[in-house]
Amino acid sequence: MRTLLAISLSALVGSLAWAGEDSSLVIDGEEIKIRATAPAHADALDEVYSGWVFRTDETQALQMDDFENPAFVFVDQAIDMFSKVDGTEGKSCASCHDDVAEFAGLRPTMPRVVDGEVVTMEDMVNGCRTKRMGAEPWKWSSASMTAMTALIGLQSRGTEINVKIDGDAAAQWEAGKELYYTRVGQLDMSCANCHEDNYGNMIRADHLSQGQINGFPTYRLKNTKLNSVHGRFKGCMENIRATPFKEGGEEFKALELYLASRGNGLSVETPSVRN
Amino acid sequence: MAKDAKPRVKVPKLAAAGETITLKTMISHKMESGQRKDSDGNKIPRSIINRFTCDFNGQNVINVTLEPAISTNPYLQFDAVVPEAGEFKFTWYDDDGSVYETSKKIAIG
Amino acid sequence: MTLSRRDFVIGAGCGVAFASMSSLPAYASLVEDSIAAFTGGADVVSGDIVLDAPEIAENGNTVPIEVSAPGAASIMLLATGNPVPAVATFNFGPLSGSRSGNTRIRLIKTQEVMAIAKMEDGSFRSAQATVKVTIGGCGG
Repeated sequence: MRTLLAISLSALVGSLAWAGEDSSLVIDGEEIKIRATAPAHADALDEVYSGWVFRTDETQALQMDDFENPAFVFVDQAIDMFSKVDGTEGKSCASCHDDVAEFAGLRPTMPRVVDGEVVTMEDMVNGCRTKRMGAEPWKWSSASMTAMTALIGLQSRGTEINVKIDGDAAAQWEAGKELYYTRVGQLDMSCANCHEDNYGNMIRADHLSQGQINGFPTYRLKNTKLNSVHGRFKGCMENIRATPFKEGGEEFKALELYLASRGNGLSVETPSVRN
Repeated sequence: MAKDAKPRVKVPKLAAAGETITLKTMISHKMESGQRKDSDGNKIPRSIINRFTCDFNGQNVINVTLEPAISTNPYLQFDAVVPEAGEFKFTWYDDDGSVYETSKKIAIG
Repeated sequence: MTLSRRDFVIGAGCGVAFASMSSLPAYASLVEDSIAAFTGGADVVSGDIVLDAPEIAENGNTVPIEVSAPGAASIMLLATGNPVPAVATFNFGPLSGSRSGNTRIRLIKTQEVMAIAKMEDGSFRSAQATVKVTIGGCGG
C-alpha cells in the first residue's frame, strides 16, 4: 500500500518546471517583497517565495492594483464595521482604536505566543468583541472576521514578516513543525510533500506554491471570497482525504505559527489574490 | 443580497476639458447564476445585477446588459469623454428590484 | 472524451492539463439564437474588432476579457460553450470615450468566446478567442 501511494504521489506532481518568474509586485508604488533568503529555521529551503509568484499573469495583475483586487470589496465593508457599535457595552472598534492605522506593524508579528498559548489575529478580534464590546464572537472564517483581519493586516502591507519563534514560543513552534512534517489522511501526505518537496511543480493544471501565508486572508478566485489561514489548512487536509483539525483549534494555531515563521523576510501582502 | 451590495468606483479627480478618461467600477454581489444546485439538489434561483449604467451630467456614457456569466463582484472598466466639470452617476440594477447608486465629481484643470 | 468519476480520480494523478475540448459549441443553437437576436439576421464579417482574452484561464470563475471596436454602437459578448451563452452587451452613449469595455466573466469549460459589434453604419463585425479553462489543482 505504501509503495502504491508513493508511486501515485510522484505521478501526481508533473515534471513541468515552474515558470520561474522574475516579475515583481509593486502596489501603489510600494514594492512588496515576494522573494527572500529563507530564514535559518526553514532549513530545507534556500529561498522563500510568496504564492503570488506561482500564479498566472492575469491572476497576478488582480493584486497589482487595489481597485482591481476584489478583496477590497470586503476591506471596504470592514471599514464600515470598524465604527459600527455592536454588543452590550455600546462600543465599536473605533471606541478604543481611533484609527485602524494604529495597527500598522501588528500583522508581521502574528501569531504570537502569550502564556504558552498561540494568539492569532482572529483571537485578538474576538477578544475585543467579547471582553470589551460585550458582543458575540465572530466565527473563525466568517465574512465579518476575514474582512476585519484583512483590514487590520493591510495596515502592515509591505512590512517584513518577523514572527518570534524562540523563548515562550518555542514549544508551540516545535508542535507546529511536527504537524508540518506528519503524514496524514488516506493519501498519507504531509504539508512538506507538496509545499516543500514540490513547490513550482504542477499538481494537475496548477503550480504548487510554498504554502506561504504572508498574504492571508486571501481572496480566492475559486470561491470568490476572503479565506482564512485555517480555512485553507482545512481545504488542504480535505484534499489529502484527512479529517481536518478544527478551525481555531490548538493544532491549526501551532501550524499557523510555524508556517508564518517560514515566511519571515517576505512582506505582508494582505489581502492577496490567489487561485 | 441587497444589504451587502457595496459599489466602488474609480474616477480621476481632475481632467482636461474634452479629455478621455478611464473609469473602473466594481460592486459586491454574489451574481447567483441560476445554474447551481444546493445540497438538496434544488436549483438556486438566479439573482444577479442585470444592468449597469453610467451617466455624466445627465448624458449617457455606457449602458451594459449583464448576464449570469459575469463573475461574482462584477467589474466593469470603460472610457468616458469629459466635456466639462460635473458629476458621474453610476447605477446598478438588481434582479430583486433593488437599485444601487453612487456618484463622483470631476473638476476641469 | 468522457470521463467517469473514477477515471477522473485516476486521471487526476497524471496531470490532466485541460478540460476536454470539443470542436462544436455544445449550445450551438442558443449561440445562433443570440446572434440572430442581436443582428436581426444581417451578415457578420470579421475584423475591426479586437477581443483580448487569456489563452489559459487559471480559474473559469474569473476570466478577464477586453473588447474594443472603434465605430461600434454596441458590442455583445458570448461564451459559446456556456449553458447560457449570453455574457454582456455594452451599449455606448454619446459620452463614451472609446468603443471598448473590460470585464470579468465565467467560463464553464474550454471554449470560444465571441464578440459581435454593431457598427454605427448598421453593419456587424465579429472576433473570437479560444480560452482554455484549466481544471485546477488543489487551488481550482
